[in-house]
Amino acid sequence: MLNVKNVSVAYGKNVVVEGASLQLKKGEIGCFLGPSGCGKTTLLRAIAGFEPLQQGEILVNDKAVSNTAIHLAPEKRNIGMVFQDFALFPHLTVEDNIAFGMTHLKRAEQQQRTQQLLEMVSLKDYGKRYPHELSGGQQQRIALIRALAPKPDLLLLDEPFSSMDVELREELAIEIRDILKHENITAILVTHDQNEAFLVADTIGVMQEGRLTQWAEGYELYHEPANAFIADFIGQGVFIEGEVLCEHSIKTPLSIVHEKVPEGCKPGCKVNVFIRPDDILLDKTSSQKAKIVGREFRGANFLYTLELADGNRLLTLEHSHHRHDIGDEVGMKLDLEHVVAFPKK
Amino acid sequence: MKPQTLTAKPPVKFFIFKKPNRWVILTILIALIMSLPVLVVGSAIFQPLNENWQHLKEFLLAEYIINSLILMLGVSVGVLSMGVITAWLTSMCEFPHRRLFSWLLLLPLAIPAYIIAYTYTGLLDFAGPIQTTLREWTGWGIRDYWFPEVRSIGGAIAMLSLVLYPYVYMMARAAFLEQSIGALEASRTLGSTPLNGFFRVALPLARPAIVTGLSLALMETLADFGTVQYFGIGTFTTGIFRTWFGVGDGTTASQLAAMMLVFVFALIMLERWSRKRAKFHNTSQKHSVIKRFQLKGKMAFLAWLACLLPVLFGFILPALQLLYWVFTTAEETIDASFFSLTLNTMLLAMAASIIAVSIALLLAYGRRLHKSQLIGAGVSIASLGYAVPGTVIAVGIMTPFAFIDSALNSWMKANFDISTGLIFSGTVFALLFAYTVRFLAVSVNAIESGLGKIKPTMDDAGRSMGLTPLAVLRKIHLPLMRGTVLTALLLVFVDVLKELPATLILRPFNFNTLAVRAHELAADERLADAATPALMIVLVGILPVILLSRAISHSRAGEQ
Repeated sequence: MLNVKNVSVAYGKNVVVEGASLQLKKGEIGCFLGPSGCGKTTLLRAIAGFEPLQQGEILVNDKAVSNTAIHLAPEKRNIGMVFQDFALFPHLTVEDNIAFGMTHLKRAEQQQRTQQLLEMVSLKDYGKRYPHELSGGQQQRIALIRALAPKPDLLLLDEPFSSMDVELREELAIEIRDILKHENITAILVTHDQNEAFLVADTIGVMQEGRLTQWAEGYELYHEPANAFIADFIGQGVFIEGEVLCEHSIKTPLSIVHEKVPEGCKPGCKVNVFIRPDDILLDKTSSQKAKIVGREFRGANFLYTLELADGNRLLTLEHSHHRHDIGDEVGMKLDLEHVVAFPKK
Repeated sequence: MKPQTLTAKPPVKFFIFKKPNRWVILTILIALIMSLPVLVVGSAIFQPLNENWQHLKEFLLAEYIINSLILMLGVSVGVLSMGVITAWLTSMCEFPHRRLFSWLLLLPLAIPAYIIAYTYTGLLDFAGPIQTTLREWTGWGIRDYWFPEVRSIGGAIAMLSLVLYPYVYMMARAAFLEQSIGALEASRTLGSTPLNGFFRVALPLARPAIVTGLSLALMETLADFGTVQYFGIGTFTTGIFRTWFGVGDGTTASQLAAMMLVFVFALIMLERWSRKRAKFHNTSQKHSVIKRFQLKGKMAFLAWLACLLPVLFGFILPALQLLYWVFTTAEETIDASFFSLTLNTMLLAMAASIIAVSIALLLAYGRRLHKSQLIGAGVSIASLGYAVPGTVIAVGIMTPFAFIDSALNSWMKANFDISTGLIFSGTVFALLFAYTVRFLAVSVNAIESGLGKIKPTMDDAGRSMGLTPLAVLRKIHLPLMRGTVLTALLLVFVDVLKELPATLILRPFNFNTLAVRAHELAADERLADAATPALMIVLVGILPVILLSRAISHSRAGEQ
């Protein structure tokens, strides 16, 4: 459905997106995730047709919409977009906003589709209002159905939750995912918030400094990050030093772990092993002791910071009823399912 | 913290008499004095109608009303087409000299309508260079050809449109630049072409701002006296003037002025309404850099031409004509009496601007220190004069002042056998009062926008470090406000320089300003001689235009 091949975008000499490639199937929801300034919005705008390509090609339904020779105007792409500030037209009523993109339809059909969409987001009685008379969450829903009204081949969402209250975000994210899945819409979301990405998207692309470095499911990103940046960016964890013993073993201060070692690492090579809080279990019976040096209360859990005898620090997540105080000595063990290790620079 | 929040606030502040606030009293006093002329004129409707009114109603009133309406309609078409197109081109498109045009297009503001009328009369009249050349080339005689008559209502519409379109241009341009690019891009993702998006999104969004610009241009049109008088068109302003000086009937003149106030208030309502609408039409706080449509070839040339023509006809041609006249007549016109006339005018304008800015400072500070609705209403009323034509203000001042003078004179004569003559009316005092009423809004706007840039937390910081309110004013505001005060002074100064009808009515005997001198010479068909004072007005008038264009280019985040 969407095929982005080796795309680069530049503002003058400043290359903002470099060699990005990805594919989306019909009905699949993708996401560009990354810190601000990583080029994710620019890549989205290139797909929408607001930025010309310096290199590469973008195909929608096997038809080229952008490459170095062709640049189809945004209005000819049949790609819908939900903007960060919603960009609702303040001079039009909610109904007229929704009908804006349906000029090719008859009046009665426009009205029917408008009503149907308003019902879908439970805002049936708000059609005659003006955007400034709606709450942020309502504006958000109208912006979404306005973009859906002309039945776009692809829907782009640029940081759609960034102006929302934190409590609203999750609720809206789930609602939007349900609508997109229900309507079988192919979509791409841009966000800097990994929770939003995990909630909404099927496939997530992490972007750093203009490069799309990993394009994978959320589970894979978390447990098998492609590089140290992604490991650190997604979720929490700490790096501890290790040494490659053989092809399948790495020696760490905790224990010897048996997993494949990073490519190009020979025995004796120093590596950084990434340990997530869920890889560490507190265990009274364990001979491995550590001291608790930090505690963050998280409601259902405590996030403890442990210090080993050699000074290495680790994180662990425990149920709220496992309450320990700072300075306590506890037993712990490593419970690694995936070893994530990167060569030490 | 705020202790007031603990006690329930009475809903209406009007009824707190315990502690009369100095600022409230001062503001109300100023508002009363400033609205005196309008109140006097308005009260004229309660006076009995005399036979002059009957005559007026029978023969002239319809003409005044129809001509005023035709003028406003024609000027609307003119300023909207010129203002909106040039604003769109310079804000959203890219073509050669775009940045240069974006400030050149403001220049016609420097020329008062009556002066541009003189120059085009000189250019296009039967004896003017254009018709003379035409006859020489073709060999036609006097009655062999038709040529548009510039001294007509159509001509007046053209003259007024050429110098008033910048109001629409400024407002529309600011609106286009402030629009969220998101709204335009959203229209593209919903299937609109760029042109389509202009008509369906950009123009409707800018409409309130455009209407504000239009209402300002129409206020000027309604207030115009110099152009219509010179072209011999009967409108409200010329009618009031004629009734006052020609017929000598102050009552009927006031009644005519009262009728004109109806139009004035309609325009004020239009302006208020559009400014209110504009608040809802602000789509985004986020200003991304505008990506302009790159125009090429024929389109770029057309855009270039569309921006050149208003500047050419609204400023360059008239200015060249004035310069030419000045060079041909300089020997006779620039003499000691011209210098004393200039000095006289400058002193008058300076005095008026100092008075207006001082009052504006009082009002603006009152409003800053006490955010009560009463003060807000007082400031609004005090600054209504910008919408009231100079002719009306002059009538509204002349009537009570003449009454006071004659009452005082007869009282003094009866009791002390001294004739006091004219103390208020027919003196510079009346003139200064009229200028202050008319241009107070100009200085209030300038001062308030400057004061608004000083954050209230700065006052609080000063107070917390032990400064009294007066010390805050002296040590924090004044140093920060110096530029603002100078700007306000300059704006009022230039407006006084250009002012014609009120000066004409209220000036003391044998007292002249540059504007009045230009008007007298032009009325005597001595256009070339009128050019020297006229050019002087235009040259000084360019200063605020430069300030304005600089302020605009610095304040737009989306502009580069």
